[in-house]
Amino acid sequence: MTVFLQYLANGLSMGSVYAIIALGYTMVYGIAKMLNFAHGDVIMVGAYVSFCATSYLGLPAPVAVLISILACTALGVLIEGLAYKPLRQAGPLAVLITAIGVSYLLQNAAQLIWGATPKNFTAIVSFPVPEPLASLNVSAVSITTIIVCLVIMAALMWFTGHTKMGKAMRAVSEDKDAARLMGINVNRTISMTFAIGSALAALAGVLMCSYAPVLQPTTGAMPGIKAFTAAVFGGIGSIPGAFIGGILLGIIEAMAQAYISSSLANSIVFAVLIVVLLVKPAGLLGKYVPEKV
Amino acid sequence: MSNEDRATNAEAMLSVYNINVWYGAIHAIKSVSFDVREGEIVALIGANGAGKSTTLKTVSGLLRSQTGSITFLGDDIMHTPADKLVGRGLAQVPEGRRVFLEMSVEENLEMGAYTQPKTSVAPGIARVYDAFPRLKERRRQVAGTLSGGEQQMLAMGRALMSNPKLLMLDEPSMGLAPILIEQIFQIIEDLHRSGSTILLVEQNAQMALSIATRAYVMETGKVTLTGTGAELLVNDDVRRAYLGG
Repeated sequence: MTVFLQYLANGLSMGSVYAIIALGYTMVYGIAKMLNFAHGDVIMVGAYVSFCATSYLGLPAPVAVLISILACTALGVLIEGLAYKPLRQAGPLAVLITAIGVSYLLQNAAQLIWGATPKNFTAIVSFPVPEPLASLNVSAVSITTIIVCLVIMAALMWFTGHTKMGKAMRAVSEDKDAARLMGINVNRTISMTFAIGSALAALAGVLMCSYAPVLQPTTGAMPGIKAFTAAVFGGIGSIPGAFIGGILLGIIEAMAQAYISSSLANSIVFAVLIVVLLVKPAGLLGKYVPEKV
Repeated sequence: MSNEDRATNAEAMLSVYNINVWYGAIHAIKSVSFDVREGEIVALIGANGAGKSTTLKTVSGLLRSQTGSITFLGDDIMHTPADKLVGRGLAQVPEGRRVFLEMSVEENLEMGAYTQPKTSVAPGIARVYDAFPRLKERRRQVAGTLSGGEQQMLAMGRALMSNPKLLMLDEPSMGLAPILIEQIFQIIEDLHRSGSTILLVEQNAQMALSIATRAYVMETGKVTLTGTGAELLVNDDVRRAYLGG
């Protein structure tokens, strides 16, 4: 039983990381209707920035996280403006290929700047964990990650449901031309979405590297793909869907590692995705929207 | 332009002069000119594909004309982005209503007031509910659950939230049952009576002409005929082509 609970706790904390990344994916997809495959690499950049701030500049962790968030927000808006905005009228394939290009660009730029040797990331939080969690090997990082994830989801739900900007985002997500007729600046709204998504990526980056402290230029790639899977799993475009998808994915992965085979864990995760999509093509919480005629 | 034309344009609220619009190689709008004066209901009528909606989209900035000029309240708006026009008093109810289906009735109205100061949102919503009591009953429902007629009312209410000086309606009768069409036109007349200036695009020529101050008949991208609503209702060519008589 203890072992099961330990794996469950692992699954929950990794799942929370996936959920934070998936929330960024789903926000951008929901509003800009594009898959930002470079999202995972923004996570990596966020982790590097935080690493540099603490290890080279000796800044305290909260300041480092803040700098990382600001840097990723700027990076996200920059990527959107330079790479995606000129393709607003282009087909989805052109945008997708560009996103993959941006992903490689970020990975190689990171390798150029920070080298290919993995850095040893120091956890940004540590505090004594109370019983009975301590005996289950639940770390301070895990607890922080789960709480941060819940707070982010609640904040995003509140933002899109109750603020003028958030509602405008939903309007843009549904119908860009109609939104324009309301006086909503669609380009600025999309930039704003990238800013939010990238800020989340920075948080995900520092939390993930605190949890699994190896940082290298490809660090963001696999979690990025898994979080994308989680977003699709939960229903892409849906905020609670991304959350549930992320958590479930983390738990499935942890259980597969524990009880089946750690080398097969990734295959099992993606197999589950395929099964879910066969049964519910729009994901767990997604709505099936037929093409408009 | 003759001197008489210039005089008309000077007092026009909206003045469209010699616009041409292409969809790729298709020349959809050919040298179209018309104007709307304050207090009028002006109708653009014509068959499906005549270019009425394209004309309206060009005025609202969703499409661009390569030639001519569009002036609204004395300002050139040819190159003004669509999202900057609402704030200036030009609102459009798009073809097919295009309400935000996943947002509630009230949220749709809030979006209509996007450019308005925060303090004017609640009074605006109250006014719309006065005009459309049906919407008040359904304020918390998502717009996707409304009937076609209710969605049309919502689209009109949403446009009114920006306190427009000129309201442009694109095919408000489309897809509605005759009884609802009567109702929607009644509302348009009421809006007009309470001082709104309206530019109406309609395939339902009979209804449009019966309420229009003036109208323009469009055929294959050109304005072919113009006159008062009453004149065109009895015009032989119009009767043959659009009124089934």
